[in-house]
Amino acid sequence: MSASAWFTQLFEMLAALALAPLFLGWVNMCRAWLQNRRAPSPLLPYRGIRKLFHKDALIAETASPLFRMAPYVVFGAMVAAAAVIPSMGTGLPFTTAADAIALVGLLAVARVFMSLAAMDVGTAFGTLGARREMMVGFLAEPALLMVIFVASLISATTALPLIAERLASQVPGLYPSLAFTAVAFTMVLLAENARIPVDNPSTHLELTMIHEAMLLEYSARHLALMEWAAALKLFNYACIGFALFVPWGASIGDVGLDALAVSIPALALKLLVAGAWLAFIETVSAKLRVFRAPEFLATAFLFAVLGLLVHLLLGA
Amino acid sequence: MTGTPLDLQLLNACAAMLLLLSFAMLSQRRIVTLVNLLALQGALLCIATLLLAWRTGKGHLYLSAALTLGLKVVLLPWLLHRLIRRLEVYWDTEPLLNVPGTMLVGVVTVVFAFGLAQPIAELANTATRNAIGIAVAVILLAFITMITRRKAMSQVVGFLSMENGLFFGAMSATYGMPMIVELGVALDVLVAMLVLGIFFFQIREQFDSLDLHHLESLKEDR
Repeated sequence: MSASAWFTQLFEMLAALALAPLFLGWVNMCRAWLQNRRAPSPLLPYRGIRKLFHKDALIAETASPLFRMAPYVVFGAMVAAAAVIPSMGTGLPFTTAADAIALVGLLAVARVFMSLAAMDVGTAFGTLGARREMMVGFLAEPALLMVIFVASLISATTALPLIAERLASQVPGLYPSLAFTAVAFTMVLLAENARIPVDNPSTHLELTMIHEAMLLEYSARHLALMEWAAALKLFNYACIGFALFVPWGASIGDVGLDALAVSIPALALKLLVAGAWLAFIETVSAKLRVFRAPEFLATAFLFAVLGLLVHLLLGA
Repeated sequence: MTGTPLDLQLLNACAAMLLLLSFAMLSQRRIVTLVNLLALQGALLCIATLLLAWRTGKGHLYLSAALTLGLKVVLLPWLLHRLIRRLEVYWDTEPLLNVPGTMLVGVVTVVFAFGLAQPIAELANTATRNAIGIAVAVILLAFITMITRRKAMSQVVGFLSMENGLFFGAMSATYGMPMIVELGVALDVLVAMLVLGIFFFQIREQFDSLDLHHLESLKEDR
């Protein structure tokens, strides 16, 4: 591996860390515009994180070391995932370290630690949130894996950079299987990132929330890390989506500065469009009852399986 | 991957959408939406027929596309909507199986259908032979739609969807049936629809509901 590859890798990770709150802010901004509200500054998530880092951390008496450890584990898993996902280039050193299935496992580690920490203190809401998160998670994970399997079947590999490379070099055309899996992936993204049809990220009603309920006991730097990790998770999912469905623009093979000059604007453009699209979906759909969430995710799974079957039969 | 011609790509996309629509019909509980989905299925079938006619240059396929448009997109949905209004049945409650369960059965059925169609597809020498599997799947999914419903209305929609699947199968296996057969089937479907419409009124007059469970018990047992 050349020095420039490592430099690009480091740059990609730092960019993901820095851009994730901005992406979240952009989604919130678009959502406010679509709902005829005055939009908050896209920099608001940064301010929230900075504010939280300056506060004193309070920890419940009943908390075990796991509770203190969880934010770092979750954040670390998300940073590792950001390093593995080929968001800017496919020839980077870390992107070949883990394939797509290991990536799903990495995301699962974050989920497990988050749920364990939520149950650790022993409050009712934390446990409730953790249970709901696991319910959503165990249904979303097979759907996500199925989406990845369709892409790997088409490109004959499970390594994410190779998938992106091969899909980018495909003859442009209509691929119903990829269209179906893209729908499935969008649904999984919404469910996994606590977006609107499944969970409302801006709710303060304890009985309906999933993600927020798990963070109720956290404060200060721990909460800041958790929120940063949530923003990173959304960013990561968006980048997985780009790698699978719009791989054009990410530099293939070479990792020099001139390649970055192409892939950074491409990534920025994709993020802008994806954020606006996400805000649009959230605006037009209503939040589902928690007990309807399995139906939503079963539909996502069905879309992914249909994509697989259509690919096997029609070869398209 | 080699480039497939655009019309074949569009045909494949139509076939995939037909399969998706079958699943949508399987999960749909509102009878009005079910009829709309049926009309959409007919429209897709019409587009697929037109594409195939353009690809193969067979004149009679244009005719059968027109027949599909007139009968399955306009006339039958209109008749069904009128029936719904006059019978005032807008909901199909109490499905026999919950939605995710039905979906899983549907997926297994599709796999079965694909396996079933494999040998047939090898015999056919049309460009669309891959779609035979999808046609079989649409037929079987329509069967499940009929099996999991209790109300007469949605069973009829399932029946019509099955006919769509058969039509698509014939089209992709042999580029359509002879014109006389197609006309006969179209007439059959229309007459069946009219007769079933009369049946609906009779059933409701007898039992005060369109639930077909009432038909299962003999008169002496009641």
